[in-house]
Amino acid sequence: MNAFWIILTGSLVATCCSLLGCYLILRRMAMVGDAISHAVLPGIVIAFLFTGSRDSVPMLIGAGLLGVLTTFLIEFFHRYARVQADASIGVTFTWLFAIGIILISVFAGQVDLDQDCVLYGEIAYVPLDLWITEGGLSLGPGTVWTLGFVTILIILFITFGYKELFLTAFDPAFAAAIGISTTAWYYSLMTAVSLTTVASFESVGAILVVALLVAPPATAYLLTDKFKSMLLISVLAGIIASVAGYYLAVWIDGSIAGAIATVTGIEFTLAFLFSPTRGILLKRKQLQPVQH
Amino acid sequence: MILQVENPVVEVHDLTVSYDRKPVLWGIDLTLPAGALVGVIGPNGAGKSTLIKAMMDLLPVGSGYVRIFDKPIDEVRNRISYVPQRESVDWDFPASVFDVVLMGSYGKLGLFKRPRKADKDAAMEALQKVGMQAYADRQISQLSGGQQQRVFLARALAQNADIYFMDEPFAGVDIATETAIIELLRTMREQGKTVIVVHHDLQSATEYFDWVVLLNMRLVASGPTEQILTQELLEQTYGGKLTVLTKVGELLRKQEFPSREA
Amino acid sequence: MNDFLEFFSFADANIRYVTLGSVLLASSSAVVGCFTLLRKRALVGDAVAHAVLPGVCLAFILSGTKNPFILLLGAFITGWISLVTIDFITSRSRIKEDTAIGLVLSVFFGIGILLLTAIQHSGNAAQSGLDKFLFGKAASLVGEDLIAFAIVAVLLLVTTIIFYKELTLLCFDQAYAKTIGFPVRLLELLLTTLTVFAVVVGIQAVGVVLMAAMLITPAAAARFWTDKLHLMLVLAALIGAFSGVAGAFVSYTAPAMPTGPWIVLIVSMIAIFSFAFAPKKGWVSRLFRQRRNKTHILEENLLKLMYQLGEKKPGFDAPRQLHELLERRAIPQKEAKAGLKRLIKQGYVERTPEGWKLSSQGQRRGERVVRLHRLWELYLTQYLHLASDHVHEDAETIEHIITPELEQKLMEELGFPVMDPHSARIP
Repeated sequence: MNAFWIILTGSLVATCCSLLGCYLILRRMAMVGDAISHAVLPGIVIAFLFTGSRDSVPMLIGAGLLGVLTTFLIEFFHRYARVQADASIGVTFTWLFAIGIILISVFAGQVDLDQDCVLYGEIAYVPLDLWITEGGLSLGPGTVWTLGFVTILIILFITFGYKELFLTAFDPAFAAAIGISTTAWYYSLMTAVSLTTVASFESVGAILVVALLVAPPATAYLLTDKFKSMLLISVLAGIIASVAGYYLAVWIDGSIAGAIATVTGIEFTLAFLFSPTRGILLKRKQLQPVQH
Repeated sequence: MILQVENPVVEVHDLTVSYDRKPVLWGIDLTLPAGALVGVIGPNGAGKSTLIKAMMDLLPVGSGYVRIFDKPIDEVRNRISYVPQRESVDWDFPASVFDVVLMGSYGKLGLFKRPRKADKDAAMEALQKVGMQAYADRQISQLSGGQQQRVFLARALAQNADIYFMDEPFAGVDIATETAIIELLRTMREQGKTVIVVHHDLQSATEYFDWVVLLNMRLVASGPTEQILTQELLEQTYGGKLTVLTKVGELLRKQEFPSREA
Repeated sequence: MNDFLEFFSFADANIRYVTLGSVLLASSSAVVGCFTLLRKRALVGDAVAHAVLPGVCLAFILSGTKNPFILLLGAFITGWISLVTIDFITSRSRIKEDTAIGLVLSVFFGIGILLLTAIQHSGNAAQSGLDKFLFGKAASLVGEDLIAFAIVAVLLLVTTIIFYKELTLLCFDQAYAKTIGFPVRLLELLLTTLTVFAVVVGIQAVGVVLMAAMLITPAAAARFWTDKLHLMLVLAALIGAFSGVAGAFVSYTAPAMPTGPWIVLIVSMIAIFSFAFAPKKGWVSRLFRQRRNKTHILEENLLKLMYQLGEKKPGFDAPRQLHELLERRAIPQKEAKAGLKRLIKQGYVERTPEGWKLSSQGQRRGERVVRLHRLWELYLTQYLHLASDHVHEDAETIEHIITPELEQKLMEELGFPVMDPHSARIP
């Protein structure tokens, strides 16, 4: 049963991350995703101090806001203080992450988070933290419920905002010209990424969220030219990685999150080498542009 | 030689646009007639793209205003279409030709609504007009430069707007595409649409446009093609840089001066 | 305070080691960071930093020891592989650079974590301390380790000095470097190697997770204080070194505190301070400059108004009331009064019992503003073909910014005119 809960948790995280990651890598913002995933840490610690729990709505919102604030800060340093774009990302997230780690040390007694958990999560402990109703009925791990809720939100978000998200990622200038607010959609997307990182944080940690945000979409990007297929393949790759990662971790007795990231890397390598259209080993004769 | 028109479709009033406080367009006063094929012409760095982007309110404007159909731009967005420069998007994006053309309907659809059959038919029809219907399912990464430009044009057509802004639609396309595009633009003009085209080739300009705007950091001339494309006005546009103007622009940027006293 | 004296007397050999170590580690990575920053590849360092973790773990698994040279070698190899992988992925597929960096960073780190946890669970007693690579161990650098890292750090600094000219050109203009026959590929390789080395020693101080900060942040901060590369390098090194010492001090006084994050926090605060307050480039300094411009404009406008009144009867010597000025132009009364007071101090305006009056100096300056205004209006109508009713607004700003050289040029181009477009005399 534990294996089931762990794999389910991993798959939910993978689903959210892989979906949003498609937009991030197409907008060339993979590293902003990386930055957000680090920068939510102080938010999580503070929210934890105030609410004393890890699975709560205030926690999601509080820490999620910090993620959005990170994107504001990066923008601010870049636009108003004119810091070079990549440096702006690098300075912002390392700064906030350092604050988070220091907060954890300062409040070590009150915060049930440790440095290792921050880095690679505690997905193995997910099944231990059950949500039990007042009647004594066990509803399964609380984390699964939180993640399930976030997953549904994300799926609703990209279903209803499909055409706007698609257009603003592909051609923001045209979108603005026909009256679609690129800023609003940009920040909505960043909010979704923040929510996902916060919800996934304790399961897989800050850095492995990035593996799921980037690797499955990159794999899918090499396998298909259709955006909808890219979303689907990406989710599929993420879920396969969760399952395979779990068994890999059990086999060599290591971190599950680390193993999941390792498998996403293997998937990418396979796609990179053997993709029927884009793999560097099996590339079919390139379709030549037809002169008209 | 700046001719102003009665009942203009586009009215630009005292427009100054700056990048990083350095003005790239100074005090443009411009009116454009309805149903015309307008060419915006000038040397590199003259601010041609900047002008049409400012007309669509895609850039922050230092001073002045733009009115289209005698209304503020945000009220008439659904009557405007834009064909950006081809290089401005990533053609490796996972989308098919049809996906891109269908984007033309997004503005009118509004939030949360999906394209319906009528929108899809309109997209298909637009593809047909640019001679690309056979490529509807083709991935955009597999298109040649000319085909990419046609797809962009089809997207604008599918929008069925009244005024079209096009940024260098003839840049880097083959002759066949160039002819096809200009044919299409002429048909659009006959239907009473206004088309504003950023263009860099003087030779073809005489033949293509019925109204020409000469631009080089400031408006040099605007009027019917035959009156505007004269040796003298072209020399003013392309010859001699306005060193004083450039230097003042540099000063504004360096000293962080406001472009207007507030 | 006692702690402070004790720490900075360096009486304790341990403290000497730690301080020396932190300074060397932090400054060498800051110096290399300057070059990667200027090449717009700042985040690549982040990927390398994460990628050394599997190398350290593999080196330990294969050798079974924690000998620093062997661990360094392992770190070096995987760090290097990660950089090559990023380049390979971006050049051989349509994956963009940011994706490649994120991918390599997280996957290599994931492999590292998998190996690290596997080692920890294996019950091998020798493994304890490997996890120090995650957040650094500047505070506990001793003996053998320190010597190893110090050697690498010094080598790094020396190499940078030797190849200073070549690296500068590489960052500044790669294409040009190629045309004049520089071995660009080799230099790139050198910079790559330097980056990996900087990371490998730097992680001793702050750990893999925050290593990016040691490369990027001091360099980004230094960039705000100078435009000269050699100064930037020195400054970045100093900023890095200072944060290193400060971090070591914090963990000396509060042993429970993690050193690495403190070093990063301090260096970040320095950087954010620089973004805001560095003269010239800082955000606040620029706001101040904009404010100064505003007062400058206000003062010149007042002088101009008084001059314009003086052009009429009864001439420049007549004292004017405040309301006369404000009738011609809407300036908030308070601001106008404050402006006039400043002008008195500067000697442009005199206060008489009957009102305000221009001094001869003030008259000259007012005249100049009016002249520039009318010259610019003329320039706009003649060269930019603007309608004469549209030029006033533009001239209102430009009149305050034109330098004497530009004024001369303007006069020449306009042929020393006497009348402006509104047929007013140009003084």
